[in-house]
Amino acid sequence: MELNSYQQKAFQHQRPFLEKYGKLNWLLTFFFLIWIAGGAYALYLQIAKGHGVTGMRDNVVWGLFIVNFIFFIGLSYAGAIIAGVLHLLKVPWGKPFIRLAQMMTIISVIVGPIFILLCVGRFDRLHHLFIYPRIQSPMTWDVMAVVTFFAGAVLFLYLALIKDLAVYRDAGLKGPKWRQKLYKFFAIGYRGGASQKRHLIISQNLMAIIMIPLSIIVASILSWIFGMTLRPGWHSTIFGPYFVLGALYSGTGVLIVAMWYYRRSHKLDQYLTDQIFRYMGYAMMVLAAAYGYFTFSEYFTGWFGSEKWDNELIHKLFSPQEYGWWTLFANLAGIVFPILVVAIPATRKTNWITAAALIMVLAMWVKRYLIIVPTLESTLLPMQDTRTEYVKYSATWPEWLLTGAGLASFFLFFLLMSKFVTIVPVSGLEETDHTHKHVKAPELTNATKEDIQPA
Amino acid sequence: MKQEEINEQGRRDFLKTAAIATLAATACGSLACSCSSKKAATGDKVKLLSPEGEIVEIDSSYLNHQEHMAIVSKLEAREGIAGKKFVMVVDLARCKNARKCISACQKWHYRPEETEWLTVKLLKDSDKAAPYWFPKQCFHCDNPPCVKVCPVDATFKRQDGLVLIDNNRCIGCKFCMAACPYSTRVFNWNEPELSLDIRDLAYNPETGIPAKVGTVEKCDFCPDRAREGLLPPCVEACPNGVFYFGDENEDAVCNGEETVSFTQLIKDKGGYRYMEELGTKPRVYYLPPKDRQFPVERGYEDLDSNLKKRFESVMEPDKQKD
Repeated sequence: MELNSYQQKAFQHQRPFLEKYGKLNWLLTFFFLIWIAGGAYALYLQIAKGHGVTGMRDNVVWGLFIVNFIFFIGLSYAGAIIAGVLHLLKVPWGKPFIRLAQMMTIISVIVGPIFILLCVGRFDRLHHLFIYPRIQSPMTWDVMAVVTFFAGAVLFLYLALIKDLAVYRDAGLKGPKWRQKLYKFFAIGYRGGASQKRHLIISQNLMAIIMIPLSIIVASILSWIFGMTLRPGWHSTIFGPYFVLGALYSGTGVLIVAMWYYRRSHKLDQYLTDQIFRYMGYAMMVLAAAYGYFTFSEYFTGWFGSEKWDNELIHKLFSPQEYGWWTLFANLAGIVFPILVVAIPATRKTNWITAAALIMVLAMWVKRYLIIVPTLESTLLPMQDTRTEYVKYSATWPEWLLTGAGLASFFLFFLLMSKFVTIVPVSGLEETDHTHKHVKAPELTNATKEDIQPA
Repeated sequence: MKQEEINEQGRRDFLKTAAIATLAATACGSLACSCSSKKAATGDKVKLLSPEGEIVEIDSSYLNHQEHMAIVSKLEAREGIAGKKFVMVVDLARCKNARKCISACQKWHYRPEETEWLTVKLLKDSDKAAPYWFPKQCFHCDNPPCVKVCPVDATFKRQDGLVLIDNNRCIGCKFCMAACPYSTRVFNWNEPELSLDIRDLAYNPETGIPAKVGTVEKCDFCPDRAREGLLPPCVEACPNGVFYFGDENEDAVCNGEETVSFTQLIKDKGGYRYMEELGTKPRVYYLPPKDRQFPVERGYEDLDSNLKKRFESVMEPDKQKD
């Protein structure tokens, strides 16, 4: 595999991370595995004792698990759209972080559906979804969607990896022999030949073209699990686009945070440049505005109309005794803050943008909670139930433990993947004019044009 | 209390009943004919399948009928009773929250006190309107939102109008619970406590017994009783004749005392369906609470405090809440 000097430099810089596991990573791995073990215990409890160990009851039948499912799957759909768009645009500044987007796609589509499986009352009957499927059900659509999307995401990531796998195969990396065998196997004999290159380019373009509309479709199908019911806050025509935008928005945030982390830990300042953060910041700002517009439309329409059903939900969301503070946090930290940070030039800096992205991601998780739980608590017929756990949902420790386990597996997958592939893809990397510093206006002297050099 | 009774009765009776029932169902036809009968032959013949695969006929007196042993196949349970179209009318003018219907339903289906397939709400439609007691089972809608969303066809609509659940198929995703706008479905969050006499019964969607953990359940209009010409326990137990249950095809509904024409009843008393505009086409009609038999307080005063708390906000809205 031929690499030009710039790409060689990128590879040599990242090589040590493929060759060493490192003490910190061992510690982190151990930490994540503890969480996952805790989650396994909570799952065992749930299967052995029944879902009564969770906080879900007859009114709020869907809780933390569904919130996590929507959150992670949304990241996945966003990753596919971002990676697809970056690939098709072929912009040089997009190449360093396209792999992170693809990794996020694959990892989230593994972690997300695990949560939905946790929410199902009969774990032992999951195969019924495949042997007795009912096509009319939005849930069947979602099963078909996720399976299709997963296949596409795997293919998309794999095709993008082939060139790099050939590089790793030929580089003679220090490491376990079985990894070298894996590289050899999955590089499928790619040597950089002309016809090989052509085939790869065509298939990658095709996958990118497929994945973008596929992501939008599957994100809409996810929203229709809620949108097709007769509940306030759910039965809204805006739900499809709302979820697509929400997914894209939170995915951008997680990507920014992931870039920031790897920039620091792998010292990738040259590749994951301030310019990239700025551009992603712009994207985040635009998406924040769009998402804010959708959110505002939802709430404003619900509040202005007189229907009791909608009004009860709006009141619940905005009343300080109920969800008011959470709504405030989700919208201020989730929408207004990122817009301000990127709009104001003084705060349009990498660390600020990342902080805004991190807070936004948390706020978006809260926003998903606010979509699911308050609606389920606003029943058409009065609940008239004295059991508090039936009237108001409060998640129990097994649910939180499993949430933590899901998050831990998300991080662990990233860690493990970063030991097989470089974070910044080396083949196809292009040198960009990433200096992009603001050129100071030259002082007015008698100097001629030739005397003035760019900074 | 049930446990003690069963323990006292001993395993002997249980085994005897189960053995005879099993024998009859799989029928050694020739054996039944040859051995001396304890009961007088009724002359009513029943067709059964012998272990050798032959269809044999025996007198129905040899069948030891057991409650909750649904004698229908899985296919029949899904198709329903031909020619029937079950319908219910609830007279809100008569309900005084006696709650006998609820306990009868729980007793028949071996459910604990806190599982309410049938629930009584206290509705107050607007500020100046008077509150009224509102018993609610499943509406068995003709356009059921729950059936629409089930991913595995565990809940289904039958030709006799009933919407049932097959708890051998249900995966417990609770989509149907999210979809039902009337919040009528309940979930088995924990392992249900099953008394000895139902624990080993073969499950059938028409009986709903025994309950299974991690599955959804709801009012089923007791089709196993309907097959024997019996009314559901809630209809029989009501002391005021609130529930009229019957067949739309026959245009007859009965409340345990009187049988009336369904269409006439709806016409005379202004029957309506709850939240008609949702378009779910419920099979339960309500008669408005006009010319009430009891003042609404009657159903509230003598309740124990736990139940009273449920309706406090409607009956005593000015009362200070802590």
